[in-house]
Amino acid sequence: MINETVVDLSRLQFAATALYHFLFVPLTLGLSWLLVIMEAAYVMSGKEIYKDMTRFWGKLYGINFALGVTTGITMEFQFGTNWAYYSHYVGDIFGAPLAIEGLMAFFLESTMVGLFFFGWNRLSKAGHLTVTTLMALGTNLSAVLILIANGWMQDPVGSAFNPVTMRMELTDFAALVFNPVAQSKFVHTVSAGYVTGSLFVLGISSWYLLKGQHVEFARRSFRIAAAFGLAGTASVIVLGDESGYSVGEAQRSKLAAIEAMWETEPAPAGFNLIAIPNEARQANDFELRIPYVLGLIATRSTTEVVPGIKEIRENNRQRIESGIQAVIALEGMRKNPQDEAARAAFKAHEKDLGYGLLVKKYVQDPRQATPEIIHKAAMDSVPRIAPLFWSFRVMVGLGMAMLALMVVAFWHSVKGTFQNKPWLLKWALYSIPMPWVAIEAGWFVAEYGRQPWTVFGVLPTHLSASSLSVESLWGSIAGFVGFYSLLLVAEMYLMFKYARLGPSVLHAKTA
Amino acid sequence: MFDYATLKLIWWLLVGVLLIGFAIMDGHDMGVGTLLPFLGKDDTDRRVMINSVAPHWDGNQVWFITAGGAVFAAWPLVYATAFSGLYWALLLVLFALFFRPVGFEYRSKLPNPAWRKGWDWGLFAGSAVPALVFGVAFGNLFQGVPFDLDDSMRSTYSGSFWALLNPFALLCGVVSLSLLTLQGATFLSHRVEGPLQRRTILAARVCGVVLLVSFSLAGMWVARMEGYVLESIPDVRGVLTPLMKEVGRAPGGWFANFNNFPQLWIIPVLAYAGVGVVLASIGSGWTLLSFVASSVACVSVILTAGVALFPFVLPSSTHPDVSLTAWDATSSQLTLTVMLWVALIFTPIVVAYTSWAYRVMAGKITRDYIAANDKQLY
Repeated sequence: MINETVVDLSRLQFAATALYHFLFVPLTLGLSWLLVIMEAAYVMSGKEIYKDMTRFWGKLYGINFALGVTTGITMEFQFGTNWAYYSHYVGDIFGAPLAIEGLMAFFLESTMVGLFFFGWNRLSKAGHLTVTTLMALGTNLSAVLILIANGWMQDPVGSAFNPVTMRMELTDFAALVFNPVAQSKFVHTVSAGYVTGSLFVLGISSWYLLKGQHVEFARRSFRIAAAFGLAGTASVIVLGDESGYSVGEAQRSKLAAIEAMWETEPAPAGFNLIAIPNEARQANDFELRIPYVLGLIATRSTTEVVPGIKEIRENNRQRIESGIQAVIALEGMRKNPQDEAARAAFKAHEKDLGYGLLVKKYVQDPRQATPEIIHKAAMDSVPRIAPLFWSFRVMVGLGMAMLALMVVAFWHSVKGTFQNKPWLLKWALYSIPMPWVAIEAGWFVAEYGRQPWTVFGVLPTHLSASSLSVESLWGSIAGFVGFYSLLLVAEMYLMFKYARLGPSVLHAKTA
Repeated sequence: MFDYATLKLIWWLLVGVLLIGFAIMDGHDMGVGTLLPFLGKDDTDRRVMINSVAPHWDGNQVWFITAGGAVFAAWPLVYATAFSGLYWALLLVLFALFFRPVGFEYRSKLPNPAWRKGWDWGLFAGSAVPALVFGVAFGNLFQGVPFDLDDSMRSTYSGSFWALLNPFALLCGVVSLSLLTLQGATFLSHRVEGPLQRRTILAARVCGVVLLVSFSLAGMWVARMEGYVLESIPDVRGVLTPLMKEVGRAPGGWFANFNNFPQLWIIPVLAYAGVGVVLASIGSGWTLLSFVASSVACVSVILTAGVALFPFVLPSSTHPDVSLTAWDATSSQLTLTVMLWVALIFTPIVVAYTSWAYRVMAGKITRDYIAANDKQLY
């Protein structure tokens, strides 16, 4: 049996390292395009101030980028170190976008970032702008491929189980690449990055304006950030809705958990604005509902029914019972590949194989799965409600707050009145942390919401981990968190120092 | 296009290409990092060294990242078994590598000498530790790694981290460390001048000699070692798992491929020739030739190890029959085909823009250049 503590600690380590990585990636995604916009303005207008903008924001970009790379190295190898069975079971599919990411995107981004910093005097204006654009393109292509991999975990298309090799194998590469879940996740995620980059530039520029420093520089930066940020925020919210729609298609249990919707309601279902979910009673102790809204968002129709948590669990109980037959048949086929009865039984229950594996959390031999165990496995088949319900609302609430800020900032930027509005500048400054909180909450919704699966309906999380010792895991968690935290302190120190110095650092003789 | 057996063989070669690409490209900036505290006598010298690789190290490191991704895609069981089994060895490499992005980017952002010195040692660790551990890992492949696979393909590792650091493996670590440091020294001698270049040339000579001695000793050791031999395997054109074959052990077994195909001896001979050309040319001003010759040594040393091990990728010392090989630990035919196309299209593109980037940044890095661009450079 797999040690539950090892599984929990492996999850903790993955969450910690991924969340750290995701502190840096969104800013890179957004700031890279802002650099392209600023440099394009420089190339077209010939005004030195735009070059200063590109170089100064580029310096902050570099300080952030370094930690994005550092924390990214871990991600490429951590599936193997800590999720060995996952890597075997789905590597045939999941490994492909990761390798393509390296070859197609990360090489491009990393090669161009060097020329971006050091090529100013060696490339023509247009040549350097091309480099900056390719750098931004590489960064965003990385996100495409990583989200193709992640989208497959959420909705495993284009693949089938091979009983000989005991793993999932690719059957349709195009389906993997054009997975609709991956597409909407990509747009939602990069847009969130664009908001992060915009708010970063907007907030720091506001600080310069409040101080009356670097006024011309800050005004132009503010304007670009307000326009790009408004577009990004609108895109995150519109395509967040799109991502809710595909969640509804692929993972109804995640949607039901996010909404704390225990019972299946007549269509279109209502939306819980606020609720206090109670796991024991399988009901909400309190709820504030808006009728019809959820059904409209999730199904884009007034007649289609959104299933509630209880119904999903009941369906999953049936699938677990069927899946147990598939697991047993598979064991028979492994002992004797010529066993025709086992082959026929496997064929009949194959689609529920993953559900059968859910009981392995409680019993090694699925034949010993009692109705109580099957009930427990069915209860686990929907993640805990309260953490999802609230993290989703934190994300959406912050999204709305940022939209309000961006609308106002853009309005005053068009009117040219923003520099005389200290309340607006302070609002922008103090909003800088918002996108990070929203993004980390969004990561949590996507990944915790997929539990108890690593690959939805295919491979349970508790089977996915490596056979490591508890001591090893505590050691590595301490190592990662300790090391990353020290580096984060260094990063924040430099970021604040260089943000305070402002663009004058480009021309100063000593720092 | 290709049958499954050919694809499996091509992917063995492609993983080799990625490792060689890593050794040549990331190897030279790791070599520079390893030499940093020893050859850089003052801050400006060290900045000259760092800036000789500053625009390129990040792209070069992607060879390592991509090799990791390619092993995941092409050999999922190897990725799973090796990295979870050699957990602390891989984590040691990762933790060391963490010093590099921040070391390069942050070091010269503050003038404080303690800050800069600290990052210099960070860059040293981030370069020397991985260079050493890669050789140690290869050494352990020759000895076999203690792991088992159950019939659901779940691997369990029964060794310890400290057992990896045995004398033979450490000798292989010396091979890889001297190889990559030689690569760094020859690159540096091409990009710097004056007293720093003279110290670099000396370092290249020392590394070359250490490499020749350690490579030869490792070869003699391998000749006496029990190698692994495939005793039976089903048709390699079919869908295989590592549980379908029989593996035996025989003294000198790792030389079987060379003995069966004597023309393969050209590979280790080229390693000697490469190092020989480095030693002959390094003091003569033909710096680019030295770098190319050192790169030839990278290719040949890695290929020598790969050919000796073939078809084994991860032999098991406790359960030799479940050893992972290039025939039975691969992805499906479709995945290998798709990934081959991806590699055929994108590798030349990567090589093309990387060469362009080196051309843009070509030329000697001087102390005056550092002084004139104090705020722009690392």
